[in-house]
Amino acid sequence: MLSMLALIYWQTVIYTTRQTDETIDAEITGLAEQYRQRGLAGLVAVINERSKPERGSSMLYLLTDQRQNPLAGNLSRWPDLEVEKDGWMRFQLEPAGKRSEGPHIAQATSFVLAGGVQLLVGRDLSENTAFRNRIVAALASSGALMLVLGLIGGIVLSRRALARIETINSTSDRIMAGEFDRRVPLKGSGDEFDRLAQNLNAMLDQIERLMAGMRQVTDNIAHDLRSPLGRLRSRIEVALIEPPSPDASTAERYREVLQQTIGEADHLLATFTALLDIAEAEAGSPRGRMLPLDLAAFARDLADLYEPVAEEKGLTLTIATDPTQVDIRGDRHMLSRAVANLVENAVKYTPTGGTIAVTVAIEGGMARLSVADNGPGIPAEERERVFDRFYRLEASRTTEGNGLGLSLARAVVRLHGGTITLGDNGPGLVAVVSLPLAPDAG
Amino acid sequence: MKLLVVEDDREAAAFLVKGLKESGHAVDHAADGREGLMLATTERFDAIVLDRMLPGMDGLAIVAALRASDNATPVLILSALDQVDDRVRGLKAGGDDYLTKPYAFSELMARLESLLRRGAGGKTLTTLKVGELEIDLLARTVRRGSHEIELLPREFRLLEYLARNAGHVVTRTMLLEQVWDYHFDPQTNVIDVHISRLRQKIDKGYAKPMLHTVRGAGYCLKAA
Repeated sequence: MLSMLALIYWQTVIYTTRQTDETIDAEITGLAEQYRQRGLAGLVAVINERSKPERGSSMLYLLTDQRQNPLAGNLSRWPDLEVEKDGWMRFQLEPAGKRSEGPHIAQATSFVLAGGVQLLVGRDLSENTAFRNRIVAALASSGALMLVLGLIGGIVLSRRALARIETINSTSDRIMAGEFDRRVPLKGSGDEFDRLAQNLNAMLDQIERLMAGMRQVTDNIAHDLRSPLGRLRSRIEVALIEPPSPDASTAERYREVLQQTIGEADHLLATFTALLDIAEAEAGSPRGRMLPLDLAAFARDLADLYEPVAEEKGLTLTIATDPTQVDIRGDRHMLSRAVANLVENAVKYTPTGGTIAVTVAIEGGMARLSVADNGPGIPAEERERVFDRFYRLEASRTTEGNGLGLSLARAVVRLHGGTITLGDNGPGLVAVVSLPLAPDAG
Repeated sequence: MKLLVVEDDREAAAFLVKGLKESGHAVDHAADGREGLMLATTERFDAIVLDRMLPGMDGLAIVAALRASDNATPVLILSALDQVDDRVRGLKAGGDDYLTKPYAFSELMARLESLLRRGAGGKTLTTLKVGELEIDLLARTVRRGSHEIELLPREFRLLEYLARNAGHVVTRTMLLEQVWDYHFDPQTNVIDVHISRLRQKIDKGYAKPMLHTVRGAGYCLKAA
């Protein structure tokens, strides 16, 4: 803003200077015309006329003879002139009459006419100075006004910004105080504050989801790990209640209970391992374990492992891979756990005589592995819930399993940037795993 | 056989030492890494059971130090870290096998004995013989007596692994790891079914079976 004011001032100076120059030039032209037409006498008359104080002109005239005695004009004597670089002369003007505000600067030019007569035409620059001073004053006051308005505007704006930050603050205070469902209100203007609020809200949603996950794990531990531990404990307790008898039957009974205890402990350990694996996969740290992997060969290997067990149950397990090589990046260990789960579910729940079809294909730019069976399937409204930890369908409560297989499969597939969905195979169930193709595979 | 157990958890160590002694081995015990490394370098052992996380020293550093001084004693690493890359790191450092805690003692025994045999054998074989069963590793053919047995590639590898450990128990987990290279617990009896298929081919029609099921532990191939 200061530089703008400076520019205005400078432009003004240039303008007034040029105007002065032009005025003096015009005056000289006029006087020269008079002198040509009416001679020296005419010139004296015109100068006298023009330099009358009551005209209030800021023009200065002085006509002298060759000995510098004044003939006409409003200057009392020939000033001490100095020619400056721009061709003009500048001199100090003594205060005369009403112009008593101190020394003025004047600008002039001089000529020598016929017979040694000298003419000086100039202009008192005090008007210019006054004009400049007025400009400076105007600029200063407008500058001050701008400053004040700017300050007021700044205060208003920053108060509005602060008010919105305060809204965010008070919301976070309430959230910290336990109102976890609070969110920062949006103004709908889409400005930076709204975007900040949106990001904060998205972050809070994410935290809430994670907290819900944690809560779920805690609940799981309470329900699904405590009860088998309790069973284990009471089994041992009951075995100890009966007093030991000297014959071999007591040892035999203890042995049996200990065997069952090991079985229960193994089951608990497997559940723990699965929970930890899910947590590991959900934490989403692939840690550079993603290596090039041919999903088709991977599926053929797994089918090879499970084909005999399917056949033993009277099922037909088929494998079809088209194309025969599908390059992805993945962790073979984790993916094998995930896909083995899908195949095992199909083996477990498909009744004798059924078919399990494992296929690998490329579809819509994704590698697609599906496991389809013609068993009882899963009702549409349950297909999402079976991915929850420990969730088991009523119909499958009696079969072996811990209800973690699909949760783990989903966590693993998500870690690989893919999706897993269950669908209707009409009849039966089809589990579809979609995984991103390796970046360098066509 | 003389074994060294390096384990800082007193209860786990006592249990391990007791079990190994009952299986007929002489056992030394070191309770921290420094002592373990000192014992391992100054005395000769047939195998070392080494806990991964020890006070004073990382178990892997002990293996690395042993291997750097050309000590080839088989090492079985025990660890609570069960991610595949932990396992890979353990084997890369020079460990011969890696077992995740908690483990079944029968699993540890089977693996340890497999290591002891590997340490004893050493030379590369082209034929494996178990009783009347003869496995040609180059031609990849199998015969029992004079009778040639047709095996699928996977069945061949399964039999080869059993034959290399003939007379000893191999667990389902060992088979899944060594023959299929999978590291998970199947919910179904996949391995059992593969074994029974193999059994069909090598034992069917013979009075005395060679492939035995060891209840609660695994399988064992031995001369009829």
